[in-house]
Amino acid sequence: MLKLLSKSLPLALVGTAMASPAFAAVDGETAFIFNTLLFLVMGFLVMWMAAGFAMLESGMVRSKNVATICVKNITLFAIAGIVFYLVGYQLMYSVSEGGYLGSLSIWSPDDTAFLSETPEFGENDTYAAGSDWFFQMVFVATAASIVSGTLAERIKLWPFLAFVVVLSAFIYPIQGSWQWGGGWLAEAGFSDFAGSTLVHSVGGWAALVGALILGARTGRFTSSGSVPMPGSSMPLATLGTFILWLGWFGFNGGSQLALASAENAVAISQIFINTNMAAAGGVVAALVVTQIFFGKVDLTIVLNGAIGGLVSITAEPLTPTGIEAILIGGVGGILVPIAVIALDKLKIDDVVGAIPAHLVCGIWGTLAVPLTNSGTSFGSQLLGVAAIGAFVVVSSAVVWLIIKAVIGLRASEEDELAGLDKSELGMEAYPEFTNA
Amino acid sequence: MKMIIAIIKPFKLDAVREAITATGVEGLTVSEAKGFGRQKGQTEIYRGAEYSVNFLPKIRLELVLSDDQVEPVCEAILSAAKTDKIGDGKIFVIPVDAATRIRTGETGDAAL
Repeated sequence: MLKLLSKSLPLALVGTAMASPAFAAVDGETAFIFNTLLFLVMGFLVMWMAAGFAMLESGMVRSKNVATICVKNITLFAIAGIVFYLVGYQLMYSVSEGGYLGSLSIWSPDDTAFLSETPEFGENDTYAAGSDWFFQMVFVATAASIVSGTLAERIKLWPFLAFVVVLSAFIYPIQGSWQWGGGWLAEAGFSDFAGSTLVHSVGGWAALVGALILGARTGRFTSSGSVPMPGSSMPLATLGTFILWLGWFGFNGGSQLALASAENAVAISQIFINTNMAAAGGVVAALVVTQIFFGKVDLTIVLNGAIGGLVSITAEPLTPTGIEAILIGGVGGILVPIAVIALDKLKIDDVVGAIPAHLVCGIWGTLAVPLTNSGTSFGSQLLGVAAIGAFVVVSSAVVWLIIKAVIGLRASEEDELAGLDKSELGMEAYPEFTNA
Repeated sequence: MKMIIAIIKPFKLDAVREAITATGVEGLTVSEAKGFGRQKGQTEIYRGAEYSVNFLPKIRLELVLSDDQVEPVCEAILSAAKTDKIGDGKIFVIPVDAATRIRTGETGDAAL
């Protein structure tokens, strides 16, 4: 997802105009159209992941909190887009080469000026600036959605939205500039194709810190152990997971950043295959592991396994073979139930399992890149995981604590027990006594 | 007049309804109920942690009958709802003082 294709990253080599001599290159304007089309179509697939998160989270909260989680999901998507437009994009992509920070300015596309002159399409790597903006924007909301699932059922609406503003306007774009903006991590040889670390771990770290500061749901952990709070709708949670799986083809496929050559078309096809195989590996691994661990298959952890597999392959969906993708996703599917149990033991309450799927598998996927991509090193991968992890933990802790001190984070115990739908919204997700 | 309240296993509802209507009964009321008896609850598992479900789902039937209908209907419910396994439910018979059909104002057995 590196924006500036001329940067010296291994992935950029695949994306640029290196069509083998056997193929005639398409002309510049055709390439411009194909590349733009890629961003637009892959971008709206990623946008649809917001619906996936909304349904997954709706299914995994209790019915007294469903309307609130729906409000959070649609408002966070809107807010993330607005603040990324006003602040985030330029902060992320106007960074100087090897730098640490972009500029504070509102982005505007230069497409009109580009067209009014005699357009110079150059090699086959150009695209409409607006399509790139759109594609980058939809990624931001993904990070914010991860946070909402973990903290569901006890965080108040406005403090959560306040955090989304800071996450989308500053935390996400600053660390994003280090890599995808072409900043210091890109110079250091870090590789994160579509965002195992830059998107998923960022959301996961912010969620983990939030969960620690916010505390568990009332009654979730007692002296005798953890008390399950079964979600309201397993079909909705499953539908949400399928929607995310679909959207992920856009997430990873679009991150090839170009379609206008046979080489890119082949690469994107391989990315689609690997993305699907990793998710499948994650599902099967979680299926088997939960049967062994618990004596019964656990649906919601199998759903987490799908997401865990997808996150695991996101750092490098291009270079693995299909078999390798199954294994990379499969390891993610094994890590998920282990992390779910560990969080329970640590009394960290993660309603939807976002920390196991997005944070733990995000770290795994990032560290696994050198296994299939010889242009990367374990050391630089570790550097990226650690640097972004440290930055997000510290910055999000500061933001959570400031919000807590100023307006408070948690609903009162009385409001929590009544359900946030009644106490925060004054409505219910399913208000009818019986179907009239 | 008597009221029969029967608690049965949910999957037995259709069989019981057929057995009851075969005796000539013209109507009954059904509600979804939860409760426990000697069976107590059962354990379920969510995200790897077991928890006990203390109230099991049952179906609650209510019928108001003329006195002579009570015995055949009780027998119909008994034979249709019985699985010989714990949790089959119970049948209660309670005296009813009065009944009125709202549409016509008829009372007593004529209202049933």
